[in-house]
Amino acid sequence: MVKAKPKPIGEIIDYVKDFDKVLVAGCDGCVTVCEAGGLKEVQVLASSLRLYFNKEGKRKDIEETSLTRQCDREYLEPLLDKIDNYDAVVSLACGVGAQFMAELYKGKPIFPGVDTCFIGSTQERGVWVERCQACGQCIIASTGGICPIARCSKRMLNGPCGGSEKGSCEVSKDTPCGWHLIYERLKELGQLDHFEAPTDPKDWTTSRDGGPRKIVKEDVQP
Amino acid sequence: MNTTTPSKLEKILAEGHLAVTSECGPPRSTDLDIVAEKAELIKDHVDAINITDNQTSVVRLCSLASCIRIKQMGLEPVLQMVTRDRNRIAIQSDILGAASFGINNILCLTGDHQQFGDHPSAANVFDLDSTQLIQTVKLMRDEGKLLGGFEMKKRPEMFIGAAANPFADPYEIRVSRLAKKVAAGCQFIQTQCIYNMEKFKDWMKRIRDRGLHEKVAILAGLTPMKNVGMARYMKNRVPGIDVPDDIVERLAAVPKEKQADEGIKICIEQIEELKEEEGIKGFHIMAIEWEEKVPEIVERAGLYPRPNLNGSQN
Ligand code: SF4
Repeated sequence: MVKAKPKPIGEIIDYVKDFDKVLVAGCDGCVTVCEAGGLKEVQVLASSLRLYFNKEGKRKDIEETSLTRQCDREYLEPLLDKIDNYDAVVSLACGVGAQFMAELYKGKPIFPGVDTCFIGSTQERGVWVERCQACGQCIIASTGGICPIARCSKRMLNGPCGGSEKGSCEVSKDTPCGWHLIYERLKELGQLDHFEAPTDPKDWTTSRDGGPRKIVKEDVQP
Repeated sequence: MNTTTPSKLEKILAEGHLAVTSECGPPRSTDLDIVAEKAELIKDHVDAINITDNQTSVVRLCSLASCIRIKQMGLEPVLQMVTRDRNRIAIQSDILGAASFGINNILCLTGDHQQFGDHPSAANVFDLDSTQLIQTVKLMRDEGKLLGGFEMKKRPEMFIGAAANPFADPYEIRVSRLAKKVAAGCQFIQTQCIYNMEKFKDWMKRIRDRGLHEKVAILAGLTPMKNVGMARYMKNRVPGIDVPDDIVERLAAVPKEKQADEGIKICIEQIEELKEEEGIKGFHIMAIEWEEKVPEIVERAGLYPRPNLNGSQN
């Protein structure tokens, strides 16, 4: 899932300080799982904003909601009738949700309330880690099910660099070396013999290098 | 042995001499004379001079311009190239540019991560990795093609090198990693600086067991220690460098003003010992900001005079 983290409150205060009626809109999808932008975080943020502006002696209407998914039109549409009750929206969805809101609620300032970080998994409660960079052409079949693009700091495709030390990446002792993991896994699977065939340069056209991407699945199109 | 390029380094290795290479780091300014002065210090004692490419991710005068300068001094440059900062378009363009100036050696590297350098907020590229850079140079040279398929009229004639670090983890993959670079087209290797001789010899044994020492010329990398502080720093702070305690202790045991001499002595002893190691085809002496010591090391290690190639333009 998409992982995000809350923006510093000061940044959000700065966005909304000139608006009187503000809607804080969460999303029940990915950002709820990573505890950055679900209903709970909406309530916390809205309360903090009220508290701050009250202390400043400024009257503001700050309302709360959370939508099933901000990245789908059907869940954003019900808000369309009410959106003019607000001067601005702080979206706690990922960058996709916030942008989709901006697309749909024309003329309404939409501010991001979270920083969208990566596609990842939950390692333990409160810890999320990156696992995929959406390169558009999955290669993990040959790397033991571990992605070197997401997990090697230099996205090397032919094995570990000379900086790998005791299982850690040269960039930080806290970052496992992706290629060390791949090596262990290939060994486990008895697939180490594949390792010595060089992997050719990757075609990055399916990645962000090819420009904004789009998937069309004709058989399900209306 | 036939040579594949006009490289002097390749020729020296092909004739069975122990090769000696060294390196110069360009300055963090436009002062190209600094490179020329460093090269001047070592030119009679080495066969080829590597020019580093923004090493440790610190912006420096470019390797290509520095290589051209020392080529014009009649010397033999090795163009170091990292894939961190350039995509395949820029890389191939620089290779063509280098070859057009008669630069015949390239060292293919991935490069340190930019977080270590003076621009940690930079984007990195890593369009290719070091192995793919080797493949690219080989394709350009042997098939006369660019990665995109275009066939060129005049090909770059590059003797292809890469680095190997026997001291990085996971240890067991380090031989396979070299085999892979050889499969990609690598012809010479300059190793990470060696301090742990026991581990290095074990790695060499594994290299020989696979017959890789016959397929690629391995130059042992050496960096003399200036003092015990440097030894401790390298031991504790530089990823992928293995400095055993006995080296640190040996340097610590001599008075401060004698430590540099001791460092040089250790380096010379290592060369003497490695000359006996089957499969070692030469030495790559990286005297970091200490180039003036290279002639002394080469002479005292019995590697001087350097072979004079008949018929070579250099
Ligand atoms: S240490 Fe491992 S993860 Fe880090 S850059 Fe090198 S190969 Fe990649």
